[in-house]
Amino acid sequence: MPKMNLSHFEASLLFALFTSAVLGVITKRTDRERVRYAVRCFLYFLAAIFSLSWLMYLGHG
Amino acid sequence: MQNPSVGQWAPAVVLAWLIPGGGHFLLKRPGRGAVLAISVTLVFLLGLMMRGTLFQPQSGDLLTMVIYYGGFIGDVLSGILYFLTIWMGYSQPDMAGHVHDYGTKFLVAAGLLNLLAMVDAWEIATGRKD
Repeated sequence: MPKMNLSHFEASLLFALFTSAVLGVITKRTDRERVRYAVRCFLYFLAAIFSLSWLMYLGHG
Repeated sequence: MQNPSVGQWAPAVVLAWLIPGGGHFLLKRPGRGAVLAISVTLVFLLGLMMRGTLFQPQSGDLLTMVIYYGGFIGDVLSGILYFLTIWMGYSQPDMAGHVHDYGTKFLVAAGLLNLLAMVDAWEIATGRKD
């Protein structure tokens, strides 16, 4: 099994991608709604990643 | 609504646990099953490639028990992926470093995503959703 070195951003992005896909599949009732919900979840994850990263960066001084 | 019998939903839920996405395939939802199978498997494999640690149940103070028993349950929820990993001798000690940490979290997250898939399979099998 190859070893993988990911940055915080890459790991968070992959987690967001797959979690959004699962949430989309299990939450909504039609395929169109599922895709829209998955994309929306992914964008929310991205917003959270960027805001928390900046918050930690600024809070760290 | 009548309570559905265990025989109606148990095969789908057990299969969903053992093989990620398997419950949906059994219930003839192959598209959704494929997305679940790919997502859960890739999250688990990424966890292994980042050399995450698999939790073992450990007693001690309350926080230790919650973390280690919770982590263990999260790992086992990945079904066959977890068992294959153990049978093939994967044994990664807990090490410092953000990549290992992410790996450990990815391994547990794969199990928790599979739990969501199991609940979804249960809802489909009992007629609560299409």
